[in-house]
Amino acid sequence: MDYDVLVIGGGVTGCSVARSLSRYDLRIALLEKDEDVCSGTSKANSAIVHAGYDPVPGTLKAKLNIEGSRMMPQLAKDLDIDFKQNGSLIVCFDEADKPKLQELYDRGVANGVPGMRILTGDEVRTLEPNLSRNIVAALFCPTGGIVCPFGLTIALAENAYENGVEFRFNSEVERVGRIDGGWKVELKGGKSLSATYVVNAAGIYADKLHNMVSGKPIKIVARRGNYMLLDKEVGDFVSHTIFQLPTKAGKGVLVTPTIHGNLLIGPTSVEDADKEDTRTYAIDLDDVVEKAALSVKDGKLPLRKVITSFSGLRAHEAGDDFIIGEAAGAPGFFDVAGIESPGLSCSPAIGDYVARMIEEKAKAPKKERWIGTRKGIVKTRDMKPAERTKLIKEHPEYGTIVCRCEQISEGEIIDAITRPLGAVSMDGVKRRCRAGMGRCQAGFCTPRTMELLCKYRKLRMEDVCKNQKGSELIKGANK
Amino acid sequence: MRHDIVIIGGGPAGLAAAVSARKQGVEDILILERSESLGGILNQCIHNGFGLHTFKEELTGPEYAQRFIDQVLELGIPYKTNSMVLDVQPHKVTYINRAEGMVTVEAGAIVLAMGCRERPRGALNIPGYRPAGIYSAGTAQRLMNIEGYKVGNKVVILGSGDIGLIMARRMTLEGAKVEVVAELMPYSGGLKRNIVQCLNDYGIPLKLSHTVVDIEGKERVTGITIAEVGPDHKPVRGTEEHYECDTLLLSVGLLPENELSRAAGVSISPVTNGPVVDDTLETSQEGIFACGNVLHVHDLVDYVSEEATLAGKNAALYVQNGAKPKHEIPLVAQDGVRYTVPQTIDIATMADMVTVRFRVTGVFQGRSVCVYYDDQCVTRLKKKVMAPGEMQQVLLTKKSFVGHEGVKTITVKTEEN
Amino acid sequence: MSTKELTCIGCPLGCQITVEFDDEKKQVVSVTGNSCKTGDIYARREVTNPTRIVTSSIPVTGGDAVRVSCKTQRDIPKSMIFEIMQEIHKASAKAPLKIGDVLIHDVCGTGVDVVATRNVHAAR
Repeated sequence: MDYDVLVIGGGVTGCSVARSLSRYDLRIALLEKDEDVCSGTSKANSAIVHAGYDPVPGTLKAKLNIEGSRMMPQLAKDLDIDFKQNGSLIVCFDEADKPKLQELYDRGVANGVPGMRILTGDEVRTLEPNLSRNIVAALFCPTGGIVCPFGLTIALAENAYENGVEFRFNSEVERVGRIDGGWKVELKGGKSLSATYVVNAAGIYADKLHNMVSGKPIKIVARRGNYMLLDKEVGDFVSHTIFQLPTKAGKGVLVTPTIHGNLLIGPTSVEDADKEDTRTYAIDLDDVVEKAALSVKDGKLPLRKVITSFSGLRAHEAGDDFIIGEAAGAPGFFDVAGIESPGLSCSPAIGDYVARMIEEKAKAPKKERWIGTRKGIVKTRDMKPAERTKLIKEHPEYGTIVCRCEQISEGEIIDAITRPLGAVSMDGVKRRCRAGMGRCQAGFCTPRTMELLCKYRKLRMEDVCKNQKGSELIKGANK
Repeated sequence: MRHDIVIIGGGPAGLAAAVSARKQGVEDILILERSESLGGILNQCIHNGFGLHTFKEELTGPEYAQRFIDQVLELGIPYKTNSMVLDVQPHKVTYINRAEGMVTVEAGAIVLAMGCRERPRGALNIPGYRPAGIYSAGTAQRLMNIEGYKVGNKVVILGSGDIGLIMARRMTLEGAKVEVVAELMPYSGGLKRNIVQCLNDYGIPLKLSHTVVDIEGKERVTGITIAEVGPDHKPVRGTEEHYECDTLLLSVGLLPENELSRAAGVSISPVTNGPVVDDTLETSQEGIFACGNVLHVHDLVDYVSEEATLAGKNAALYVQNGAKPKHEIPLVAQDGVRYTVPQTIDIATMADMVTVRFRVTGVFQGRSVCVYYDDQCVTRLKKKVMAPGEMQQVLLTKKSFVGHEGVKTITVKTEEN
Repeated sequence: MSTKELTCIGCPLGCQITVEFDDEKKQVVSVTGNSCKTGDIYARREVTNPTRIVTSSIPVTGGDAVRVSCKTQRDIPKSMIFEIMQEIHKASAKAPLKIGDVLIHDVCGTGVDVVATRNVHAAR
């Protein structure tokens, strides 16, 4: 066997499983079809750590949500991830819907969510002056949080890598088949790998892999959500995450600050979308605006400050619960499928949960030396002037600002590229250190970041990609 | 450290302000420039057409910039490149560079000359994928003209602002095929000369009242769909046209970069997105002046230089003479006038002549620009044509206020001839 | 006899001008659609002898920049733009360079030089 465990999928789920597994004395590799981790569902979502009032008590979703949400603060410290418990408000617009709010509260209590309260409309507006006069009540969950989804995924991956997990990028799995004592995983391009255990964390394609090995098929459908991201100038428009109480009219959209101080609105929910269709649609963006406006005081939503819109696909399973465990009739093949919201919140708990299952079977001992912490890229803009000057004296590259909007220095970009499991693409740089994430959307810093990728990855300018192969930014030199 | 005047930005505005302040007699000036050289965005504007008003000859961008850089060098005005200003407070500027780290200097006066940036795709909510090959026109211009790279082979351009038009020609000359320029408005925001010499000369179609409704291609752009828009600027169903291409250039407007100004407590006009200034180009914060594209987006660099010269002079006078008591009279933009710069005038202390710059809200033929002191029309200028793409100006003389000392409001508007 | 349609660049009005041209005598017969003298002058010149300045940039070695911007020192016939671009595409230069330095002498026999429009200092 090439490996003890092959984890398929470099999203937050796969990376968390890989990190949890790295505690044990196992040979592990993670396969990712794109050039970097965090390239699918994990890169385009609401970036929320849900408190755990939503899932039906007794379900796996509920259990993992509560556990994940509890683990997140410590994990964020250990792995240097941007995370904050800003609290969430589920707002209700109709007296008649108040019982549903109570129902959510009761569910939260049953799930073990601490500190919840039901607030009156006026109390809500005292807390959040920009919210609509039509709000009659809200459920307040102080443990709701916001997290950087890229930061979380990348930190988990880096830490797994640090602990010996091998990462194989541009490795799309085409076939999985049973072999004696394990599994053969065939990759696009002809290569194949063998392993005793396989973890299927392939997101929206998890059904495809599962159905190759199990007689009991599953179906994962893609749910498409469009979002709009607004300038930091209006990042304090609300300080809590504002959800709408689901009604007959739909699930509603959220209005939330992001961990880095932008304002995010969305998502829409389009059922059974094409699994490759990560487009935004005018009709969906209009829908986001219309619905988000409901939460907000008349006409106050600062739509002129939109800096970008994006689209994400969530992996929805028909039974509406996570499918985690050994696939029917396929011993050693572990599904981690249907991980839609609150998947991000659950991810730390999912990792441990899956790792325990495999460890039990593999009877692998814990490593003697396992590194549980990881240091992220320095954030010079948050440093005190003296501290920053000292850093620049030692490393002058931290004294050149490349991304003006987010004030990201050359040093931070170089670190993003050269650190273990560093960025190979523009998007990889952006997700690691935020260069290009700001209001001008990489207008100013693109040429400079390209040069740095060339220098430290030994690329030619014409090879620099936005993300995967085929996304080259330029077409060669002028004549 | 302390300097009499700190100028933020070493582009055309900052350079002209520095030269002017020095000529007014202020020795201790510091220019802070974030990029590697002085000259600002002009360095990548290698086309001709600059400086007809200022130098009575047609220069390219780098040549125009060099005329001012030479003056700065001759006058020995200190400047720092690769030095990015991180924070501005009244009489305080914090910047960062490799040699010094993070430094805060005291400033007798501050001149804001940071310029503007391009509106990104996101601000327009163009639907579709988000592949490589979508460039703001200025980014493409830098990659082509400064770094020497080809950004695409088949191009659709959205927006007929001057940079978009200039890039249509530039890319054509470098061997790319520019399929079409689509413009949301029923008129172009660019200069007539650029439409003729950048599009018509090369047979590139300009489609007015059109916008991009879909971007195809997951990795790199493979096609763009444009459609006609109705009066509400919404696409009209059934008018879609598809273009195969690998690049989408955006030239959809410029935004003054006022994040530092806001942090300094400077009031920003929601119309210009630039500081509100008086006739000395002083902002709402005492001792902070503004000029160039950070104040409002200009059409010609000549006007930037002119405006910056005034800002530099007034910053110097402020340093030399201190603050003056203010009796500001508001300028009101009305009936087809979108805004005015300055937004207030102090008729007691004003210069003999004040230039009021503005833009109009639509394409007007046969209308006049009128200035009212309260209810009385004091100036009426017949204009054959006015368009939003071209900046307009009226001159207000100190003399004209004789007999109007008690004026409460100055109104600039357009009227039928 | 032929007619040509032009957009005047004299002012934002952008008059649509029609020029009647006698192809045998190479003479303008009439100019209509313009609303001022500027339009008339522009149209006659544009029909009989249209000219443009060509600007571009070429690679530089040994300098503090990798390209130097350039232009034709004077107007060249509009019909020769692409021919001149071909010459520009072949050209390269060595730093240091000053504004006005000749990069291509007498480009395509026009009698016009292609000159540098920026200074490039020698690399440190």
